[in-house]
Amino acid sequence: MTQYTQADFKSDQPLKFCAGCGDHAVAASMQRAMAELGIAPSQTAVISGIGCSSRMPYYMNTYGMHTIHGRGLAIATGLKVARPDLTVWNVTGDGDCLAIGGNHFIHAMRRNIDLNIILFNNKIYGLTKGQYSPTSDRGLVTKSSPWGTVEDPFCPAELCIGARGTFFARAIDGDIKNSIAAMKAAVSHKGASVVEMLCNCVIFADGIHKLVTDPAVRADKTILLEDGKPMIYGKNRDKGLVLDGWNIKSVTIGENGVTEKDLLVHDAKMVDPTFHLKLAMMGYSPYGYAGATDELPIALGVIRDVEGISYDEAVAGQIEEVKGKKKARTLRELLLSGDTWEVK
Amino acid sequence: MENPKIIEASEVVVRFSGDSGDGMQLAGTIFSTVAAILGNEISTFPDYPAEMRAPRGSLGGVSSFQVHVGKKVYTPGDQCDVLVAMNPAALKQNVKFLKKGGVLIYDEDTFIQSELAKAKFATLDPFTEMGIADKYQFVGVPVSESTKASLADTGMDAKSVARCRNIFALGFVFWLFNRPLEKAEEFLTSKFAKKPEILQANLKVITDGFNYGANTHASVSTYRVESRQAEPGIYCDVKGNAATAYGLVAAAEKAGTRLFLGSYPITPATDILHELSKLKFLGVTTVQAEDEISGICTALGAAFGGALAATSTSGPGIALKSEAIGLAVMAELPLVVIDVMRGGPSTGLPTKTEQTDLMQCIYGRNGESPCVVMAASSPVDCFYAAYNASKIALEHNTPVILLTDAFLGNGSSSLRIPDPENLPDIKAAIATPDMAGSYEPYARDPETFVRLKAIPGTEGLMHRLGGLEKDEHGAISTNPEVHQKMVRNRQAKIDYIANVISELEVMGDADADTLVIGWGGTCGHISAAVENLRAQGMKLAQAHFEYIVPLPKNTAEVLRKYKNILCCELNNGQFAAYLRSKVEGISVKEFTEVKGQPFQIRDIEEAIVKVVKG
Ligand SMILES: Cc1ncc(C[n+]2csc(CCOP(=O)(O)OP(=O)(O)O)c2C)c(N)n1
Ligand code: SF4
Ligand SMILES: [Mg+2]
Repeated sequence: MTQYTQADFKSDQPLKFCAGCGDHAVAASMQRAMAELGIAPSQTAVISGIGCSSRMPYYMNTYGMHTIHGRGLAIATGLKVARPDLTVWNVTGDGDCLAIGGNHFIHAMRRNIDLNIILFNNKIYGLTKGQYSPTSDRGLVTKSSPWGTVEDPFCPAELCIGARGTFFARAIDGDIKNSIAAMKAAVSHKGASVVEMLCNCVIFADGIHKLVTDPAVRADKTILLEDGKPMIYGKNRDKGLVLDGWNIKSVTIGENGVTEKDLLVHDAKMVDPTFHLKLAMMGYSPYGYAGATDELPIALGVIRDVEGISYDEAVAGQIEEVKGKKKARTLRELLLSGDTWEVK
Repeated sequence: MENPKIIEASEVVVRFSGDSGDGMQLAGTIFSTVAAILGNEISTFPDYPAEMRAPRGSLGGVSSFQVHVGKKVYTPGDQCDVLVAMNPAALKQNVKFLKKGGVLIYDEDTFIQSELAKAKFATLDPFTEMGIADKYQFVGVPVSESTKASLADTGMDAKSVARCRNIFALGFVFWLFNRPLEKAEEFLTSKFAKKPEILQANLKVITDGFNYGANTHASVSTYRVESRQAEPGIYCDVKGNAATAYGLVAAAEKAGTRLFLGSYPITPATDILHELSKLKFLGVTTVQAEDEISGICTALGAAFGGALAATSTSGPGIALKSEAIGLAVMAELPLVVIDVMRGGPSTGLPTKTEQTDLMQCIYGRNGESPCVVMAASSPVDCFYAAYNASKIALEHNTPVILLTDAFLGNGSSSLRIPDPENLPDIKAAIATPDMAGSYEPYARDPETFVRLKAIPGTEGLMHRLGGLEKDEHGAISTNPEVHQKMVRNRQAKIDYIANVISELEVMGDADADTLVIGWGGTCGHISAAVENLRAQGMKLAQAHFEYIVPLPKNTAEVLRKYKNILCCELNNGQFAAYLRSKVEGISVKEFTEVKGQPFQIRDIEEAIVKVVKG
């Protein structure tokens, strides 16, 4: 296998995100994940829609297309179906993916097309200078909601899993190590993979994720889920998750006789999505982060990673299968084998 | 049996009509296919019911199929010589299509009170009620009862028996036209190969229907239709939408690429999706997308991946696809966009034909967004138009919009099965692996203005495309001079295509001073009208446009020769307006109709006469 470095995946175009924008770090994570995966730049394509984050293809020394707002996933779908041999990434924003592109998103999930979707969730429309998005918490004050929004947000995970998504991971923009791990897992997964990046837009929604990403609270407000490992978190790694009836509950190891053995063990491969959805929704209220009362940490890492038939494979497989069922190999052979007559 | 009166005809039009469950489309198809096999030219047009789930026997549920057969056939015909009406509703809806003195065949078993009431007849004598009692040759045939009798011993249930009525009626029509039953039997045998019981029943009733005619109706005139001298070859009967699909397949085979169709169902374009989906065994990929936008976007992604990519739709779908067509213009990707036009605006008349999307296709995008727009002129021409659209898209890296319409898409004519050897070469404008290191994705050919496209997966040719304006090195640019230059370059690329398409051909009289023009699916009607008038001694010239953007190179030269130009089209004069804007100093008169129906030949004739007489 050829060894690649981040530099092999950097184009000659300088990054144009604002200073301090979370997208800088995610760009680096993507390039490093690509290098670590060892797939040649020429075998890789990055397709995006429109938004600050969607500028990403220009920065990648791969094949790429910066397309139109909301449609990157549909274009990536066509590319992957026509060219299953390529590794196809889709870069999209919370507006691009879940507002204008929402229809394509749910259908990409349902079909389980083998795409690696990096969803830059900054809970704001960055490129158009600061309107609320479908992931903005209820009440968020923005230029288009000067008195606060009066609508509830989507949590991307519930849409992904609700639409039969087979892979969902979450990472924080600045956490390069875990971002790379999530992205690599996404590429290894056959089928539609969503990596939700909690990104900070310093200009229009600075600190939008700080309830969970602020270094002062992060360890207590997030849990990194790892397949096969007990669910432990906290500054002192003394907190854990257990099941209490239908609900997940946070407990302290050593208190009330709780030991590590009592904790839930993460199983990302569970086909039934119910529990993955519960994990993915920890720390969210119907209104967003704000108002979450369950005191649970937000789940990071690979939450769901189950096998399914990928659409591109099924399309190619069916073509091969039906080729064996008919004699005609060309259009002419086909037409000649039907109802014809000859004029001499 | 008396000696029947045989009418020798150079052409004849038959219209089969009945309830939508009566199998009129099948009866009509068998009739036209057999006619074609016997060497007639054919043209057919199905007229589907206005309502999908109308009650049986009601006026809204009537379905018809018109077939024109003969020596030289351009259209399915304005009016018919023979009308088959399987029930009173079919009679009421279709009698207006029957020529005076024509033959009206009707199932007399259905002309009973209950059925007459469903068709909203007030009396039990529909002929008098409609004032047609002395206008036609009436041929009542007990189709329902005879079919029952014919199948009495088979043990089939009443419903299945009733489904064979169409074939009994067809047998009768075969007798009327002196058609050999064997050909119909062959057709039925292949159609019902998997249902031997139904096959046997149909073979029985078609023979009984034929014999019924021979034994009891020796006094009606029967017809013998002349055949033509067609170009030697092997032929098959195709509908326009299938021909479009086949044209794409032929182009992909010739270009050596994969064919990809992204589409969302919409009348009257859906059959293209159906046809291509059937052809997966030829390696065709089809994606039924979640919407029209995804239909074109998946195709665009496939085009980026190196496929011959197409999307098929009708007017409302074009509206949804316009932003993505703009991206294809900007990213300079090959893409075939097929618009099978129907009546509009909005949902309009989904099953009816019109040419009202022309301006939408030429101009309906944001920005200066030129792309090729062309139109097919007959069901068979859909094959060649789709082939040429693919060729231009791949060779010039541009979207091409191909206009057909409900009339062409659903109508059929006979296709001489093409030999791929004789189809023009297709050389896609792509960068080759040896260009690694020197490839410049944004550089243009100085003559054609074409940019070479690199196929993902090729080592060393990585590049980025997108909808943002860029300079000739691919750097995003808002520089005013760069944008101006790029706008002009994209236009010049499309304009150049005028050099590779065929010139406008002028048919008719060299010394005419009236030129009749049109574009797309009206070709047959206009040609028939012009020929009829020329046969009466009128001097006329005719030209029909296949390419609209760009126009053929000799367009201005041709148009400026004539004192009168009459443009016939099924809209409010869109092509005429476009021509006036493109060719200075011409005066174009219009004959337009927007009724959701094809032209009637005699109406075009009248319009021409008016122009010529001044
Ligand atoms: C058809 C269309 N509608 C609207 C826009 C304007 N627009 C561009 S990006 C965007 C929202 C971007 O938000 P998001 O997807 O969250 O990306 P971000 O900039 O936050 O990364 C909008 C509304 C557009 N370019 N095209
Ligand atoms: S506006 Fe916000 S999202 Fe866009 S680049 Fe600047 S910081 Fe990043
Ligand atoms: Mg955003």
